[in-house]
Amino acid sequence: MPQILMPALSPTMEEGKLSKWLVKVGDTVKSGDVLAEIETDKATMEVESVDEGVVREILVAEGTEGVKVNTPIALVLAEGESAGAAPVKETAPEPSEAPVVAAEKANDAAPAAAVPAAPKFEAQADPDLPEGVEMVELTVRQALNEAMAEEMRANPDIFIMGEEVAEYQGAYKVTQGLLQEFGPQRVVDTPITEHGFAGLAVGAAFAGLRPIVEFMTWNFAMQAIDQIINSAAKQLYMSGGQVTAPMVFRGPNGVASRVAAQHSQDYSAWYSHVPGLTVIAPYSAADAKGLLKAAIRSPNPVVFLENEILYGSTGLVPKVDDYVLPIGKARIARKGADVTIVSFSMGMRYATQATEKLVAAGVDVELIDLRTLRPMDSDTVIESVKKTGRLVTVEEGWPQGGIGAELAARVMEQAFDYLDAPVLRVTGKDVPMPYAANLEKLALPNVDEVIAAVNAVTYRS
Amino acid sequence: MARKATATKAKTQPNAPQFTGEQDLEAFREMLLIRRFEEKAGQMYGMGLIGGFCHLYIGQEAVVTGITMASEKGKDAQITGYRDHGHMLVMGLDPKGVMAELTGRQGGLSKGKGGSMHMFSNEHRFYGGNGIVGAQVSLGTGLAFASKYKGDGSVSLAYFGDGAANQGQVYESFNMAKLWKLPVVFVIENNKYAMGTSIERAAATTDFSMRGASFDIPGEQVDGMDVRMVYDAAKRAIEHARSGNGPYILEMLTYRYRGHSMSDPAKYRSKDEVTKYRQERDPIEQVRARLLEAGVITEDDLKKIETDIRAIVTEAADFATNDPEPDASELWTDITIEA
Repeated sequence: MPQILMPALSPTMEEGKLSKWLVKVGDTVKSGDVLAEIETDKATMEVESVDEGVVREILVAEGTEGVKVNTPIALVLAEGESAGAAPVKETAPEPSEAPVVAAEKANDAAPAAAVPAAPKFEAQADPDLPEGVEMVELTVRQALNEAMAEEMRANPDIFIMGEEVAEYQGAYKVTQGLLQEFGPQRVVDTPITEHGFAGLAVGAAFAGLRPIVEFMTWNFAMQAIDQIINSAAKQLYMSGGQVTAPMVFRGPNGVASRVAAQHSQDYSAWYSHVPGLTVIAPYSAADAKGLLKAAIRSPNPVVFLENEILYGSTGLVPKVDDYVLPIGKARIARKGADVTIVSFSMGMRYATQATEKLVAAGVDVELIDLRTLRPMDSDTVIESVKKTGRLVTVEEGWPQGGIGAELAARVMEQAFDYLDAPVLRVTGKDVPMPYAANLEKLALPNVDEVIAAVNAVTYRS
Repeated sequence: MARKATATKAKTQPNAPQFTGEQDLEAFREMLLIRRFEEKAGQMYGMGLIGGFCHLYIGQEAVVTGITMASEKGKDAQITGYRDHGHMLVMGLDPKGVMAELTGRQGGLSKGKGGSMHMFSNEHRFYGGNGIVGAQVSLGTGLAFASKYKGDGSVSLAYFGDGAANQGQVYESFNMAKLWKLPVVFVIENNKYAMGTSIERAAATTDFSMRGASFDIPGEQVDGMDVRMVYDAAKRAIEHARSGNGPYILEMLTYRYRGHSMSDPAKYRSKDEVTKYRQERDPIEQVRARLLEAGVITEDDLKKIETDIRAIVTEAADFATNDPEPDASELWTDITIEA
């Protein structure tokens, strides 16, 4: 039977005072009996017996201060066991063996084992389209709607839930017609209860369904962010690869128009921070369709950031049976040699308009649409910067810790020697969104700011 | 005039439902395994083998044991918070894998990457092991949503504490569960303290079985220290949910003997209170006494069971002590699935 060891009562405790013995030599003890009281600088706590037997010897007298964790403090013998018989082997390992070593290691901040290199994400190229494929003009809204409908036809485990997605046909009409085609079991109107239905959908994904959660806007998903990050994003890792949450959280993100601080915010950087999530923020109608289909098929939780202002904008979408784009691949919207502009989602509108003006003025801009924010296609950006030596980033979000900040860091780490100018960021201003029309305009990035930044990095101003 | 709450309030059972000797024996084994396992975990925590948080289930064994006995193992889903070791043991997960997860070793149920609060099993339909108070209530409601969607006849058993019962998403989930008649049993393990705050200091109304009243969810208050009462109530609740009547609330009046976690000295309650529960209400001692009284089993048989269970726990502890830590390459695995 074992020696009773001085226990650690918290992860940081190294020693304590053995303030009081509640048993004496000769006492019979059983599991759960309180043997002694121990004092640390924080608390007094009880030591319970784990084994049964007779207290044979008290090794540390009560009142002793500074008793190190894992020091033997008493000897308890099972009935009929003699003092000489194998004292320690049975249940408790020797003190000063593995556990203490482990604890010391942690405490001494000994150099950790070398960190293995992170696996490199390799995005696939966009699929080749058949020669002479018909291109159909669609709004982003129609493209998203088609993506969901096509995927729902193909897989009965896919359902969509959210506020006003069914009977009302979608607050922004993105789910129009889905209720009529797929019925109320698969197109589910929820109460106004983001935290609850986000969690419910994650649970349904654990159990094998493929939920699409529509947030009326991402602003309301703040109520649900715990479930998105703590339950969905981390699940695969903390279950050692066993339980997954294959699902899509989607809805309009960013600034709408004149809806003020609580309804105008870009969450791109927030979600792109989180390992375990895939974050997609398309700009064009074709990308909206191809990437939403990819997101719905993804085995991972995907945050799909749409934009209310872009819902009505049109673009050409290839008319093929199954238009799916690779997640994690940026799109080079225009090839150029003088300066790289990187943006995504609504930022692409400012960037595109600025590019048109700059090209007209003789600046050969390379314009990159990230499309996916996590995993981020660094390679495309780095290769471009190696060619142009200059980078301007454009986003609606706040500057601190933003997507532009991340791009600047990556370019500095991987292409520092190629830079001919500092990286400049064009972002939303570092303020909550004001309501007044003139202030709102000032708070947003604009085409002139993009042009000014390009002029600055090309030393044209 | 005050309106009468429409939810049904449980009646106290005049006579405790009886267990067969076989049921008592099963309950005894399961509960004793939890007790001995948790004591060993506490000891290993004291030796520095288990780090971080470690929430022991000692005292509450009858709750998960009675409910699991009333459920269909392998079919019904279970989900709980971070006081989860007992749930896994009763559901049949390998004690070695559970203990090795507590010590953060490669043979742990989550390869050492989850720890005490994060263990799962698709095979046994155990969905954690969740560290955020109350989150499992929405997740558990989602398991029930999936059951209804697929029509597989399973019931979701979502456990949470008296502390979590004050979280907003619990009521969001109650509403949806009733609205959509989802097969979920909400099990409130009321052990009287949310960490160090007693229910009287935290809850405007302390009868948690009535918390579903405004959603018309029936609720029962159950003696959670008597495994027969737990089993009996769970049978009713699970049957209710499985037959398409929607959710059911079971408030289990229970008690944890240890602190909230290993580093909690539990100074917010009197020693007398703890002693009283241990001596008069202990769930395991109740069954032990019944087994002996009814002559189902002899003292020697009991000793044999004790020895067997100790061997299981010792084997788990040895495995968890000697199993290597996860390989450093595991740092980068299981973040996302390659499509």
